[in-house]
Amino acid sequence: MVRPFVELDRVALAYGGGTLAVDGLSLRVGEGEFAAVVGPSGCGKSTLMKLVTGLMRPTRGGVIVDGQEVGGPLKICGMAFQNPTLLPWRTTLDNLMLPLEIVQPHRSRLRRERAAYEAEAKRLLAQVGLAGFEERFPWQLSGGMQQRASLCRSLIHGPKLLMLDEPFGALDAFTREELWDVLQQVWMERRFTGILVTHDLREAVYLADVVYVMSARPGRVVSVHRIELPRPRTLETTFTPEFGALVHTLRDEISRVRQGQPVGGVAEGGA
Amino acid sequence: MTRDRTLQQVMPWLVVIGIFLIWELACVGFAVPEFVLPRPTVVFATMWEFAGPLWQHSSYTLLTTLAGFALAVAGGVLLGLAVGSSPLVYHGLYPVLIGFNAIPKVAVVPVLVVWFGIGTIPAILTAFMISFFPIAVNVATGLATLEPELEDVLRSLGASRIDILRKVGLPRSLPYFFASLKVAVTLAFVGSVIAETVASNEGIGYLMLQASSRFQIPLVFAGLIVIAAMGVIMYFLFAAIEGRLTGWATRKTEFAAGS
Repeated sequence: MVRPFVELDRVALAYGGGTLAVDGLSLRVGEGEFAAVVGPSGCGKSTLMKLVTGLMRPTRGGVIVDGQEVGGPLKICGMAFQNPTLLPWRTTLDNLMLPLEIVQPHRSRLRRERAAYEAEAKRLLAQVGLAGFEERFPWQLSGGMQQRASLCRSLIHGPKLLMLDEPFGALDAFTREELWDVLQQVWMERRFTGILVTHDLREAVYLADVVYVMSARPGRVVSVHRIELPRPRTLETTFTPEFGALVHTLRDEISRVRQGQPVGGVAEGGA
Repeated sequence: MTRDRTLQQVMPWLVVIGIFLIWELACVGFAVPEFVLPRPTVVFATMWEFAGPLWQHSSYTLLTTLAGFALAVAGGVLLGLAVGSSPLVYHGLYPVLIGFNAIPKVAVVPVLVVWFGIGTIPAILTAFMISFFPIAVNVATGLATLEPELEDVLRSLGASRIDILRKVGLPRSLPYFFASLKVAVTLAFVGSVIAETVASNEGIGYLMLQASSRFQIPLVFAGLIVIAAMGVIMYFLFAAIEGRLTGWATRKTEFAAGS
């Protein structure tokens, strides 16, 4: 197995009132792997995001990223959410430049090598199909285009870890499937470690190498599925029996989790 | 389309003229005595007659108001930054601020006179006190309503609090800031004129007080109209600046095309 990049070891996190958001949560994502986390609503998926990025400290257990115990907010991380959170006073291109104005070593280089960085940003925008929209303001873009830009912003500084919290949740089905493909392409080119939190099971199977199913609150991982479907996966893949079977299995497990029934351990799936 | 726009631009003038017309007709129709409510035509004639003193006193008031307003901008922004970026400062200061804002400023003027003597300084300070609150509240609101996700994005990049303030907090609170300037500048006029009527030897407020004690009611009304006009001019001045600097917040199409 590849070197683990993100490791959670029996992590628990209690919020102010003492309610446990997650308890006994363990998972391990290998370097360069793309993992998806699915589960019923309120299972602590977003808490998982905050734990891995160091925005929250676990109450019990340990979080290790890139061989180091996480003690505070990580600096190697890109994040994208359901809400694109682009800055309305900046053009699309300037929105992409934001991480470069913060993260070292880009921060100190940006002034001297601005042209090179802008060229890189434009290349990334072109890759997700936003060529020609560099000087538009976010509110002049459609929801799907904003989400593409948000994805670019999370990748511009070349993060080793990409965290996605239901990034396509607010988009229509066609745009969403288009963006799966965009994301897969970018990932296949750059091979960063990715963790995608989603409630869309087809999205999870399409994008992930490994899918983790979480239980209802307090959340923990109840089953792990390795998705061995060949890449690049296409829209055609989603209509294959293997793909359908995987989604079906996941759906069954979520139903059982929601009703509080036990779910069988680690499963292997795919062709 | 263009007809609608022209109508929109003419409308405020039509309303003002309409108000003066109704006022005039009502005064004539009900035979209201001049020392109770003078007709607009009389007011405007008085304005012409006393143009010199009106100009002198109103320019004094304008300077006083702008001095107090400038202080209010500086103080309001600093306070807003402190309150908006730290929950601790927010919880500590907010009740005090609200209490302070609830005090009628006219009651404070005599105290200021005891401290600084009759004249410009109490007027400037009154203008400051009455207008800094909306600025502080708006700047604080702009900072405090930062989307949590955006903060997460920035923090996971290793951004410091100063970074977040510079890159996101400040630009984000600009529209709130300018919206508050429009309101605050009109309030500043209220403050300086109040102080002038209570304790001053100059300014439009002083002029009006003198006029009313001599039963020159048309001159009092002339003063009121001058104050209102100055307030309106200042309001639209700041509205224009707001439109230029934070067009992204109102999402005008001209702005998009223009830049």
